[in-house]
Amino acid sequence: MSGMIIETAKGKWEIVCGLEIHCQIISKSKMFSGASTHYGSDANENVSFVDAGMPGMLPTLNEHCVYQAVKTGLGLNAQINKYSEFSRKNYFYADLPQGYQITQFKFPIVGEGAISIDLSDGTTKDIRIERMHIEQDAGKSIHDMAPDKSFIDLNRAGVGLMEIVTKPDFRSPEEAGAFLRKLRSIVRYLGTCDGNMDEGSMRCDVNVSVRPLGSDELRTRCEMKNVNSVKFVMQAIENEAKRHIEVYESGGTIAQETRQFDPSTGQTKVMRKKEFAHDYRYFPEPDLLPLVLDDAYIERVKKDMVELPDAKKARFVNELGLTAYDAMIICENRETADFFEKAAKGHDAKKVANWLMGDFFAMLNEKKVELKDSPVSAENLGKLVELVTSNVINGKTAKDVFAIMAETGGDPEKIVEEKGLKQVTDSGAIEAVIDEVIASSPENVAAYKAGKTALMGWFVGQVMKASKGKANPGMVNQLLKSKLG
Amino acid sequence: MAIDTETVKRVAFLSRLKIEDDKIKEAEDEFNKILNWVEQLNEVNTDGVEPLVSVNDSHLILREDAVSDGNQSQAVLKNAPQAQYGYFTVPKVVE
Repeated sequence: MSGMIIETAKGKWEIVCGLEIHCQIISKSKMFSGASTHYGSDANENVSFVDAGMPGMLPTLNEHCVYQAVKTGLGLNAQINKYSEFSRKNYFYADLPQGYQITQFKFPIVGEGAISIDLSDGTTKDIRIERMHIEQDAGKSIHDMAPDKSFIDLNRAGVGLMEIVTKPDFRSPEEAGAFLRKLRSIVRYLGTCDGNMDEGSMRCDVNVSVRPLGSDELRTRCEMKNVNSVKFVMQAIENEAKRHIEVYESGGTIAQETRQFDPSTGQTKVMRKKEFAHDYRYFPEPDLLPLVLDDAYIERVKKDMVELPDAKKARFVNELGLTAYDAMIICENRETADFFEKAAKGHDAKKVANWLMGDFFAMLNEKKVELKDSPVSAENLGKLVELVTSNVINGKTAKDVFAIMAETGGDPEKIVEEKGLKQVTDSGAIEAVIDEVIASSPENVAAYKAGKTALMGWFVGQVMKASKGKANPGMVNQLLKSKLG
Repeated sequence: MAIDTETVKRVAFLSRLKIEDDKIKEAEDEFNKILNWVEQLNEVNTDGVEPLVSVNDSHLILREDAVSDGNQSQAVLKNAPQAQYGYFTVPKVVE
């Protein structure tokens, strides 16, 4: 049960929430023009006359945007609609030079689907997708460059977007957060959107309403537009739900309105009252014919599909013996999963996972480097684990070797060889060290024999120290026990 | 279907068209005339006829994903009433 129940003195309430997510499509050129989608160019450099809304310019659809949309639809386990249509959504805004957005309305390219989210209690829940359509992005307005003017950059105008609309299936902020993380993971695996909420390539609109627990009514919802981080989405849901409950419990009613989430306070405030609500006057886009796909095309896209996080996670659990939690963390991003698989190849996968999620991630954090720049390669991490599992070195030495690898990027086998770190598994040699330790500390031997068995740890430590950490700890324990009686 | 004064005002607002009060009645009549004329189409029996999407009986042409346009900010800004630092500038629009 991952639903959040908000309990007040007057009763119990349940959250009902749906999300609309805009994902910028990864493509070289815009959806309807040949201008570049490159982020960070000088203002208005990536603008064609089509994007600028010049009279007489006609849109032509970018085939790769269609491909990316179909691929994403398949990733959402959704119906791909072989027939879809473009429509105009009409509104006036300074960064929308055409005065309308080309989008899809009645006939979207992707229909119903579902994705599974992972919750903190280890369970999963299916979130249903209502639809996904493709449309063009608007330009960017900058309001803080002058006191009395807004500055407009059309570089983003016309970049392809996928708008994913969920059913109102979220019952808690946690579920919405888990969904956004899963969606981001899926689009990144597919290479259809880079999923960076802070750069605006993935943007989220949040619809929230509440109802008395146990009821199945749908009450009036409020929408918060462009909430730009997972954390803020979760905050917005919780705070907006609480606001609704307060209003209802004090006898008021909720008006359907668009509200703005303020990250600095965590609260929402009204942005657009209903009387100014947009009337978009959708109509079929006369400049574009319907988009018709055939089965062969969809099959071709299917062939390009990669293994998605859920499938990978299941495989890591079932075939490699990872725990569900470890597999989920490792599979969240594809680079980590690929690194892990490379490292685990031919070695003890579970141990590799432990190293990866422990010392390895800690090392990346400490050095503040990205996985792709890691000084320790996947192959070398695998080799290190192998050296431990095959008893060439012990766990303590492995940590030292790992520290050297992190500094030098070296091959663990060579490091062990060069520094003479192979553990001693020759019982004769270990016995000799033990005998020395026993001979040099008669008081402790007597104390141990008199029942102070806690001294065993001290003896092990002395033997390990005398062997420069190279003795096999298991053998040391065993031999010490027999010698001390 | 008949258009009333309120609808004329609303459509004008949505289209950002300024219609003087003494012209609203005229616009209302024009609207109704146009709609009445188009409504003649209702006389045609369209049972079992698929909606006509386009008079061009062809399919949508797709474009290859390649950068073939842009790098012309001066031309793009040429007709702008106001521009600064390579941006269009407009009266402040913050909702």
